[in-house]
Amino acid sequence: MLEVTKLACSRGDHRLFSGLSFRLEPGQILQVDGANGSGKTSLLRALCGFLMPDEGEISWGGISTAKMEEEFYAKILYLGHLNAIKDDLNALENLRIAAGISGCLLDEQQAVSALQRMGLRGRERLPTKVLSQGQRRRVALARLLVNQAKLWILDEPLTALDVGAVHLIETLLMEHLARQGMVIFTTHQPLQVPGLRTLSLS
Amino acid sequence: MAINWFKYAAPTNFYGLAGKLIPWFAGFSLVLFAAGMYIGFFVAPADAQQGEFYRIIFIHVPTSILSMVLYMVMAGYAALGLIFNTRLSAMMASAIAPTGALFAFISLWTGALWGKPMWGAWWVWDARLTSELILLFLYLGFISLHASIDDPRRADRASALLAIVGSVNVPIIYFSVKWWNTLHQGSTIKFSGTSMHVAMQQAMFTMLAALWLYALAVVLARVRSIILERERHTHWAQEVAA
Amino acid sequence: MKLLVLVIRRDLMLAMRRRADVLTTLFFFVMVVSLFPLGVGPEMDMLRKMAAGVLWVAALLSSMLSLGRLFATDYLDGTLEQMLLAPQSLSMLVLGKMIAHWMVSGLPLVLMAPVLGLQFDMSVQALGILIVGLLLGTPILSMIGAIGAALTLGLRGGGVLLSLLVLPLCIPVLIFGTGAVEAIANGQSVASHLSLLGAVLVLALVFTPWVTAQALRISME
Repeated sequence: MLEVTKLACSRGDHRLFSGLSFRLEPGQILQVDGANGSGKTSLLRALCGFLMPDEGEISWGGISTAKMEEEFYAKILYLGHLNAIKDDLNALENLRIAAGISGCLLDEQQAVSALQRMGLRGRERLPTKVLSQGQRRRVALARLLVNQAKLWILDEPLTALDVGAVHLIETLLMEHLARQGMVIFTTHQPLQVPGLRTLSLS
Repeated sequence: MAINWFKYAAPTNFYGLAGKLIPWFAGFSLVLFAAGMYIGFFVAPADAQQGEFYRIIFIHVPTSILSMVLYMVMAGYAALGLIFNTRLSAMMASAIAPTGALFAFISLWTGALWGKPMWGAWWVWDARLTSELILLFLYLGFISLHASIDDPRRADRASALLAIVGSVNVPIIYFSVKWWNTLHQGSTIKFSGTSMHVAMQQAMFTMLAALWLYALAVVLARVRSIILERERHTHWAQEVAA
Repeated sequence: MKLLVLVIRRDLMLAMRRRADVLTTLFFFVMVVSLFPLGVGPEMDMLRKMAAGVLWVAALLSSMLSLGRLFATDYLDGTLEQMLLAPQSLSMLVLGKMIAHWMVSGLPLVLMAPVLGLQFDMSVQALGILIVGLLLGTPILSMIGAIGAALTLGLRGGGVLLSLLVLPLCIPVLIFGTGAVEAIANGQSVASHLSLLGAVLVLALVFTPWVTAQALRISME
């Protein structure tokens, strides 16, 4: 489904990786591994089309993602280092707006139940600026529950999360894979998901 | 004779070609400059109304024309660079900008020098002078945007987009300024009589050619140093520099 | 279309939670306009002549002030990344942000202008034309400004640079806007000025969202 061939990316003058090829099929999960500065984030950003690779090709179902543009964006969900939530809005508003931008309009009930599943019961209507780092990350991760995207691209999804939340994420990933979804992610914490492959950027 | 033009789209190949061309452009520019100056000062007669003062147009007019032409050329290269993702085009665009800005500045300066004896004021809000000033602003915007972005790729692409937006805007700006000027009944420069003396024309065109060649030589020299700077990590550049 | 409404509502909601920012822009506008009589003297004849120009230049400067925030906060907290990945047209989303920006920082200036115009002893007719001109012109300032804001995203000294890039491009708006007021003062027809302003507005509506979208993609890399 997702196919990367001979990809090369650089940051400024520094070549991060080159000749990188891999495939991801429905129901598969791939962890991108490597030391700090090895280009994990750049790889994920290149997949999203933020970063133009120096060489190589990224294609989805045989079509170059650069040509698909919006059509491809409908297939992916990207969660970066930044939570993409607004301090001035409450968790509920944040989630509904984020979902709206990514193309699915939520009613209040759907949003509330997603937040509750993320362990934010009773905090749905608090401005996010009073939430802790972990809770804010949970608000961002609630997008996983309300999205139709086939491919999840997650950059360090576990930062600031406690053990309970990590287990929850594992469950969510397994559910997504069972739906024939795909996941590509980076992490520095171990994540227990059956069928996990790793891709090493050295 | 078939020339493989695409060969020269690669910066490393272009580097050599530019190096060979620069002395020729510079040499011809110098010769024409001397000839233009000679015709302008010694052959062309004094103007019936403006006396000797008018002679500054031999600098003023060519620099004004070139500052506008160079902006369009710069925008053209910028567009090429954005559409076809060719690195050399973007380098050309950023190499042209300083020369274009310099010409715009000289044109304003000489315009002011001309204005003082003609109108008794250094600056007149004449439509052409005002547009030239705005053109200078556009050049400065391009240069400062390029300079304030560290990543060369983003710098090239962002300033290219700005140059294109600017070039679309230039006709609108020119038209609006001209219109504004007629609204305010400002003075516009009119030459006495309908036809210029032949020697005046000759001097003007010679100077235009000289400055054009100067621009070519300087831009190519600048492109060469940009290429070296961008490629400094490659084997090729280190060999050239050594 | 849904996206457009969503983005406008979101940006308005955010602006309402940060009312101070909106008021600062408006206050700056009032301040600049009020400084002019102090600078040039209180002769009513001169002030009446200058009024349109002063109001327009002040509007231009205050809209520069708020442009920095147009994309910067979304860029810093990662929302902009999500917007670039929206499955609908990015131009539409950008247009939404432009409209919201105008409603928050342009419209208040238009509403405030008559009061300030009275300080300059403008006639009712001239005031009316000034308002119409500002109504047509301030959206253009937001739209051209958005291109600059997108290009200077995340740069050091971005605010000053932004003004340097955007102000020259806004000159036609200034000329047509003040020209209309001047024409009515001289008893001429204002139709040509206003229709030119309208034409520029249409051009800006068609092209600037797309250009801004491209600029955002360039800046995001």
